[in-house]
Amino acid sequence: MSAVDDQQRRTGLFQRPSSTAGIKGWLTTTDHKRIGIMYFVAAMIFFMAAGIEALLLRLQLATPEAQVLDSDVYSQMFTMHGVTMIFFAVMPLSAAFFNYLLPLLIGARDVAFPRLNALSLWVFVSGGIFLYSAVFFGGYPDTSWVNYAPIQEVGADPAGYTLEGGVQSNRMLFYSLSIQIAGIASLASAVNFITTTLNMRAPGMTFMRMPVFAWMTLVVSFLMLFAMPIIGVALWQLMFDAGYGGNFFRPGAGGEPILWQHLFWLFGHPEVYILILPAFGIVSEILPTFSRKPLFGYAAVVFSGVAIGFLGFGVWAHHMFTSGLGPVANAAFGLTTMFIAVPTGIKIFNWLGTIWFGSLRYRVPMLFSIGLVAMFTIGGLSGVTHAIVPHNAQQHETYYVVAHFHYVLFGGSVFGLFAGTYYWFPKVFGRMYNERLGQAHFWIQLIGFNLAFGPQHILGLEGMPRRYYTYPPGMGWDLWNLVSTIGGFLIALAVLLFVINLVWSARKGPEAPSDPWDARTVEWLTSSPPPQHNWDVVPTISARDELWHRKYTDEEIPRPVPAGASSDHEQGEADSEHIHLPDPSWWPLVLAIGLPVASWGVVMDSWPVIGGGIALMLFAGVAWGNEPVTEPEPDDVAEPVEP
Amino acid sequence: MTDTHDAQQEQDQQGQHQYPPSTGEYWQIAAILAVLTAVEIGLYYAGQAGMAASVTIPGLIILTILKFVLVVLWFMHLRFDRPVLNRLFIIGLIFAGVLYGIVALITLT
Amino acid sequence: MATETAHAPQTNFNVSNEKMGMWAFLGSELLFFGAFITVYLVYVPRTADGPGPEVFDIPFTSVSTFILLMSSLAMVLALAGMQDGDLRRFRTWTLATALMGLVFLGGQLYEFTLFVQQDGLGLTTSAFSTSFYVLTSFHKVHVAVGVLMLGTLWFMSFTGRIRADGQGTNAVENVGLYWHFVDIIWIIIFTVVYLIPVDLVT
Ligand SMILES: [Cu+2]
Repeated sequence: MSAVDDQQRRTGLFQRPSSTAGIKGWLTTTDHKRIGIMYFVAAMIFFMAAGIEALLLRLQLATPEAQVLDSDVYSQMFTMHGVTMIFFAVMPLSAAFFNYLLPLLIGARDVAFPRLNALSLWVFVSGGIFLYSAVFFGGYPDTSWVNYAPIQEVGADPAGYTLEGGVQSNRMLFYSLSIQIAGIASLASAVNFITTTLNMRAPGMTFMRMPVFAWMTLVVSFLMLFAMPIIGVALWQLMFDAGYGGNFFRPGAGGEPILWQHLFWLFGHPEVYILILPAFGIVSEILPTFSRKPLFGYAAVVFSGVAIGFLGFGVWAHHMFTSGLGPVANAAFGLTTMFIAVPTGIKIFNWLGTIWFGSLRYRVPMLFSIGLVAMFTIGGLSGVTHAIVPHNAQQHETYYVVAHFHYVLFGGSVFGLFAGTYYWFPKVFGRMYNERLGQAHFWIQLIGFNLAFGPQHILGLEGMPRRYYTYPPGMGWDLWNLVSTIGGFLIALAVLLFVINLVWSARKGPEAPSDPWDARTVEWLTSSPPPQHNWDVVPTISARDELWHRKYTDEEIPRPVPAGASSDHEQGEADSEHIHLPDPSWWPLVLAIGLPVASWGVVMDSWPVIGGGIALMLFAGVAWGNEPVTEPEPDDVAEPVEP
Repeated sequence: MTDTHDAQQEQDQQGQHQYPPSTGEYWQIAAILAVLTAVEIGLYYAGQAGMAASVTIPGLIILTILKFVLVVLWFMHLRFDRPVLNRLFIIGLIFAGVLYGIVALITLT
Repeated sequence: MATETAHAPQTNFNVSNEKMGMWAFLGSELLFFGAFITVYLVYVPRTADGPGPEVFDIPFTSVSTFILLMSSLAMVLALAGMQDGDLRRFRTWTLATALMGLVFLGGQLYEFTLFVQQDGLGLTTSAFSTSFYVLTSFHKVHVAVGVLMLGTLWFMSFTGRIRADGQGTNAVENVGLYWHFVDIIWIIIFTVVYLIPVDLVT
């Protein structure tokens, strides 16, 4: 930071926080690394909440006609499990990696819009808190994460609107508004990371030298940029239907329920790539490092990622084959869905090519990455079976679908994100995690995962439907349901080991060098953990796998690279550069608080509360606009600062 | 931090038109927009008076696109700006047009 | 512009982060409004025996459309004033833009009250009415946010955050982009909602 820390800053409308210490420092931070860590912690809390919900579901289903949960609570739990996992656990976990790593991977000092970045974090957290506050307003949403409107008119908490007005469905409003809030956070992140990747790469960091994870961040950001507004519209419409008697999806007044499905899946299918591509990016960094080989077919991996992102917008109706689209549309979308398996397959073959004849080191990140390749392939193959329309009609709404997307999202995304957590843990905390505990985590999780979701393929093909809170005995489903429940608890044990490992190692683990894995990309060039300004001198990039190049190509004998610097440092011009870092700010946090306040106002049907929330947001917005990103410093007051 | 390959884009920029346009040019564009709007309203009333919808509707759509393009190119300076900005906007335009076109087609048939 | 380029941040694409972020956001907004417009188009004929598009007052809406169109001219003139280092021109035209935005909003709200009170077209009347009100209201919210940003810019020119030496040109340009975008969305809505459907329905 700079010397002005203790000075009073008065260029904004109000006095600005100036210290980065203590809890206030975390609340007002604009440092992408701190924001990334907070993203991770918050997302893990939601991940565990959603995991507990899943365990309750599995307990209820372990035996036929069990009485652990009644049908109403069961519906709330599976809805909350889905919504939380997707919008408040896996997406923000990916965002944690984007935040922490993207600037380091492309050689930048921060993201393009540091305060917008803080806003994303706080909006996501406030959205999650808002969602879980539903328990005080008549219960959690209970109509599954896809929420086929006008389902708000039935169930335990129906929206009983007639043309003259009536009662609103609070549960549906919590569904609509909390995902809306999470969507705002994602949209802000998307704008931020697109601008950062396009505009803030280090000198020499051309697009084709960018690490694959940076590429996947860019692709995912574009997916979010174009998919979030679609679900945003659908959720607004749902809010008007559930809260204000609108007719968007009410057939009685001319509404069209199928439009909800179109808008939802127009977003929903890109969403699955939003969830999986970050994990693909992570393993594309880990596999080369632990195989001690460059990534096989870098260009193919990058372009197949882009192609997946692009094609992902053209397959949404494969979720709607049974809704009566007609044979032409069904055939067309079946075909595009099979096409999308091609770039995905390209990636898998390139990963295998990377491992092939490598000198492999089976450390925990590598184990999880290999786990992803294997498990995702199973999920991908069962996905292809969905593309076959008649097959799809048979599997529709059965446990086969549940098995498929858990292999993709847990076997894919979560394995990848855990791999990345172990891989970059030494960089983030400057300490090593416990290898044996990590290995135990991996094997328990792998076994538990396959026990939990493998049998669900069989259950689905035997006709067990999704979303039913119980089943009668004698259907032949008893054994596999019990096995699945046991697997679920093994996963919980594995995740517990994971959390213990992280918490313990962050405080007590052995100290890590700046480059513990003999890695390839430039984030390992700087110290562990990196200084607030990331680099004393921004590295100049001359090759793909820049660090590897520096270590093994520039010189005949590999030498350790000094922490926090590089060969650039020795060239002299270094310390003359004056580093401007964004200053802390209260306004992202204040603005984010306004969103749930206004949303509670909608639920309570209270215009003063809505107005209060909006006023808070406007106030914070204006104060934000009147405060420069970086305060002018005494030695360069003349320099204009960007608004 | 400028990439080398951006240098040629820079040359493209300097080509035909000077940025920023003069205020006189802005007034001219505004006048054209006003005239186009007047024609649109005229077409609407012509339709009311019995002109075939097969004439008025395509006419209205073309005029709207013209107005859209004029504002984007001149008032939003896209004509003078970096191609990357163009692309960001056009990708959105294509996505919106194609995706919603298909949805409307499926729903209405 | 001279002072601006002198201090423009060095970026890979040689364009300020703010401007690139704004264009990305506008690209996203196209999908937002596109969905509302598509839903409206599907629902135009679905009036559930309530009033349909025939209640629209074309002459009245034409006038407010014209005012919003001309506010875009005022906006570029404000930016031109800023680029010439003429703070007075900037203030005048910024204020003019915001005022025209307010007049547009007032006209729209007045029209809404007429629809509800005279024609009995409420939010809950039919799929047509819901989609009409929600589409145009979201546009209005965008106009209102724009007016607020213009007011903030005007205010900032007195506190020294926007100065004749070119500081703040970037902010003015980006607010301008947003304002023009809101205008082009209205250009589309005016045609699609007000001018075309009556032909389709009759
Ligand atoms: Cu899909």
